[in-house]
Amino acid sequence: MLHIFCPHCAEYREEEEFHSKGQAHLARPLDPEACSDAEWGEYLYFRKNPRGIHHELWIHAAGCRKFFNMTRDTVTYEIKETYKIGEKPSVTAQS
Amino acid sequence: MSQDNRLKSGGRIDRSKPLYFVFNNVSYTGYQGDTLASALLANGVDIVGRSFKYSRPRGIVTAGSDEPNAVIQLGSSEATQTPNVRATQQELFEGLVASSTNGWPNVNVDAMGLVGKIGGKMMPPGFYYKTFMFPQSLWETYETFIRKAAGLGRSSYENDVDTYDKINQFCDVLVVGAGPAGLAAALTAARGGARVIIADEQSEFGGSLLDSKQIIDGKPAAEWVSEVVSELATFADVLLLPRSTVNGYHDQNFLTIHQRCTNHFGDQAPANQVRERMHRVRAKRVILATGAQERPLVFGNNDLPGCMTSTAISTYINRYGVAPGKNLVVMTTNDYGYQAAIDWHDAGREVSAVVDTRANVQGRCVDEMQARGIRIISGSAITEVHGSKRVKAVTIAPINADGSAVAGPAAKWKVDTVASSGGWSPAVHLSCHTGSRPVWKEDIIGFVPGPTVQEQLTAGGINGCYETGAVLKQGIDAGLTALQELGLNEVTVAVPSAEDLSRTPAMPLFLVPHKKPTSRAPKQFVDYQNDVTAAGIELSCREGFQSIEHVKRYTALGFGTDQGKLGNINGMAIAANFQNKTIPETGTTVFRPNYTPITFGAIAGRDVGSLFDPKRYTAMQPWHIAHGAKFEDVGQWKRPWYFPKAGESMHDALNRECKATRESVGILDASTLGKIDIQGKDAREFLGRVYTNAWAKLAVGKCRYGLMCGEDGMVFDDGVTSCLAENHFLMTTTTGGAARVLEWLEIYHQTEWPELEVYFTSVTDHWSTMTISGPNSRALLAELTDCDLSNDSFGFMDWKAATVAGVPARIFRISFTGELSYEINVQANYGLHVWEQLFAKGEKYNLTPYGTETMHILRAEKGFIIVGQDTDGSIHPHDLGMSWAVADNKPFSYIGKRGMAREDCVRPDRKQLVGLKTTDPLVVIPEGSQGVFDPNTPIPMPMVGHVTSSYWSENLGHSIAMAFVKGGLSKMGEKVYYPQADGTVIEAEICSPVFLDPKGDRQNV
Repeated sequence: MLHIFCPHCAEYREEEEFHSKGQAHLARPLDPEACSDAEWGEYLYFRKNPRGIHHELWIHAAGCRKFFNMTRDTVTYEIKETYKIGEKPSVTAQS
Repeated sequence: MSQDNRLKSGGRIDRSKPLYFVFNNVSYTGYQGDTLASALLANGVDIVGRSFKYSRPRGIVTAGSDEPNAVIQLGSSEATQTPNVRATQQELFEGLVASSTNGWPNVNVDAMGLVGKIGGKMMPPGFYYKTFMFPQSLWETYETFIRKAAGLGRSSYENDVDTYDKINQFCDVLVVGAGPAGLAAALTAARGGARVIIADEQSEFGGSLLDSKQIIDGKPAAEWVSEVVSELATFADVLLLPRSTVNGYHDQNFLTIHQRCTNHFGDQAPANQVRERMHRVRAKRVILATGAQERPLVFGNNDLPGCMTSTAISTYINRYGVAPGKNLVVMTTNDYGYQAAIDWHDAGREVSAVVDTRANVQGRCVDEMQARGIRIISGSAITEVHGSKRVKAVTIAPINADGSAVAGPAAKWKVDTVASSGGWSPAVHLSCHTGSRPVWKEDIIGFVPGPTVQEQLTAGGINGCYETGAVLKQGIDAGLTALQELGLNEVTVAVPSAEDLSRTPAMPLFLVPHKKPTSRAPKQFVDYQNDVTAAGIELSCREGFQSIEHVKRYTALGFGTDQGKLGNINGMAIAANFQNKTIPETGTTVFRPNYTPITFGAIAGRDVGSLFDPKRYTAMQPWHIAHGAKFEDVGQWKRPWYFPKAGESMHDALNRECKATRESVGILDASTLGKIDIQGKDAREFLGRVYTNAWAKLAVGKCRYGLMCGEDGMVFDDGVTSCLAENHFLMTTTTGGAARVLEWLEIYHQTEWPELEVYFTSVTDHWSTMTISGPNSRALLAELTDCDLSNDSFGFMDWKAATVAGVPARIFRISFTGELSYEINVQANYGLHVWEQLFAKGEKYNLTPYGTETMHILRAEKGFIIVGQDTDGSIHPHDLGMSWAVADNKPFSYIGKRGMAREDCVRPDRKQLVGLKTTDPLVVIPEGSQGVFDPNTPIPMPMVGHVTSSYWSENLGHSIAMAFVKGGLSKMGEKVYYPQADGTVIEAEICSPVFLDPKGDRQNV
């Protein structure tokens, strides 16, 4: 069970209070009509499945109900950081 | 029966407290402080079970949680049956009843034995894969045989009578294991002010010190232990957990501890006490002081009762005062194995010899043997054991220097007990649970914990450190490191003095050679519980299953309830050797939680019965019960399903409820519908983006139905949203979709459109909602409100704030039945009052309560969909014939718009929702039936869609159905057929799903 720091509550809480919502930083195309079916399908369905550093969207469902992002190592399950929506990760696969 | 093997004195048992127990229907006596295993050995019980595959007699091998054979069924009554109990861990109590889990008719006269021995030859590794796959039709026959023959215990046929518990814990330092390292670490951390939990699987703290004659600080080790435990008990922030196995080490230092609170009192917990408790611990630091387990040696017939590990011999003598035999021979690859000979001799029993596989034996162990007159046979090994139900003799032969071959003539020795020691395997299991791979250390001939991302420290035997003084120092150092890392008080702790013996190096030996090749030699068991032999592992490698993970699965090595604690290292080494690889090259299999088997009771805790899942009731629940409602689960809600009168069938009740509503007035408890309060200056804009239809012009006081789609264009919820004020809306959702919709709104607001000022609050539980429906609903409501209900001032799809039955209410004139209908919302705690007032006034209108089933029928008569029943995630609004609820001219590209425009979504032959009228009006098509256009085509017929909703309509006098049909919206009047499992075919005509009042005259009055 992960131990997660909610950047909104500024507290460590147990994973039971949270839900993972999949890959983070998926921006909705600003002009969906300009997307081809392939591009729209890419936005809708295709997700990264990296070995190592991954950025995920989480919600503090049984807490503040706010969404935030998490940088997590999918091999060791280490949580490198959590950060608010709109912020950039400080840990990336390249860094 | 007398306890023949009980020594005259010694042990940590209370001889003044005899305990009577029954094993395999025979009564025995043991003492307080015994385990079931020590009591059985005291009574000379050699055979505790039969082996899994070959049905060979098996005896007790170890004295701890690594025991592979003495896995027994416990329980004196049906309700208290517990399978998979290790006799070596089960403390004896008065009246204990236990039995072997396999062996029929009993373990001594085993009918399976013959079958097993014949079957054994026919059951090589991979037997199941090779044999039982073909022909597949016979699998059920095989399975019955295998299950009967295997039998590792059974669960009770009755409900568990005990209570189990879970508790969440946190601490600075969790110490796993209360041997010398763990106790030293815990004491150090406690003195430094840390909040400490120390857990140990044994009944008392002390670990290996409980069975040793070690002197610490000039005192017997057990005295040092009791002093440390006493001091630990004085700290308020130290939790001592004996009988508690740390079973799982999970991410970010989350560990689960399985505490057996009352299992030592009886097979049922004393009144008002829990039987077992699961501690869920979040620890800032974990100190693993789990020690090491002795590897037995692998030699011919090494599974015969009487063959034990050498530490088990010492433990039974020193801790329980039991010498499990008369005449011992010890085989060892190292100095530690000699301790069994010393203890056996000092207990007054005969040691025939110590067989040391090393050619040159020097040092202290030689002196100890000489002092006792015990012969050492060096450079030799026990290649084979003889006997049928117990060791009777051994064959001893010289072996070569690397232990790969017999190097001389053998001699036969008469003994009844064999102790073997192949060295220590550090108990690295917990350190592996989080994904860390153990690392082979050549100097200790064992795996130690590898690198980890956890905040983990290790001390003592787990590191391959086995000398008491050094172990104590490692424990203290680990405690100091934890204190330092946590920024707690620095303390100085003197390392207790303990005599550390100089040892000569051990010899790596994982398979004792036999004069015959492994495949021809008597069975050399590696994993007792799964009957895996050295020959089996070699066969696996020969057949191409060479990776250790493949070997494991092909042979079942390490699969049992003991998880290969004894056998894994030997097995890996044998596989490595056979393939001319090193042990690190071969590696280990992955150890996973749990360390030892755990009861389902402990996992479930109190989350059983009525506490398994929350139940949600509306404020009108007492009334529903008083009026005989049958209930239906909708999510966690308990909703009235229908209200049968005395003697009424469900069918009769539904017909009555439907007719009463359409003819006069019915009432539905709709409180469970999801309600979300939406406020903010951009609320209207937000609604326009998440609903498919237009919201820009919805005036205050008006309501509107909306469809919600995913980005793929598929419908996922629907409901009515009302404009309460210019920047204030109330959204309703389906009962089951409320939480999902709220999260959906939040995710778009928080991640995509944070610039919109809008706030969402779930108000589902704040309101009681009752829907009155039918031609007399206006007259009924008028009796309880001063609100002007006339059609001119309060039209369809309007809402008004008013007083109803004396309490403030919101009245929504919306309809899910097609009738004149009012949805009355009042503060939840007024709900029952208003409901009762409606019935007080409603008698003259035959006000009829109805539940979800009548609601379904009434809405189907009008062709209204239920999301989740008439949709399934692959259906867009146009498929439903609801293009009227889609506004593609909105400036913002609402959620679902782009998805609906995909190539696949605009195909003309998509499955579309239509109504069905059966040719025989009395036939109701079963829901889920698949339709075909031509029932005469050969099977498999092309299917064109399924029936989603289907009912008998008493109001219309014929059956009605809604169904998906390919291209159905352009096939009005055509026939579609529904072949049934019984061979009949139901014929139906495609029609509009609006069966009743298509113009809406009934609701617009």
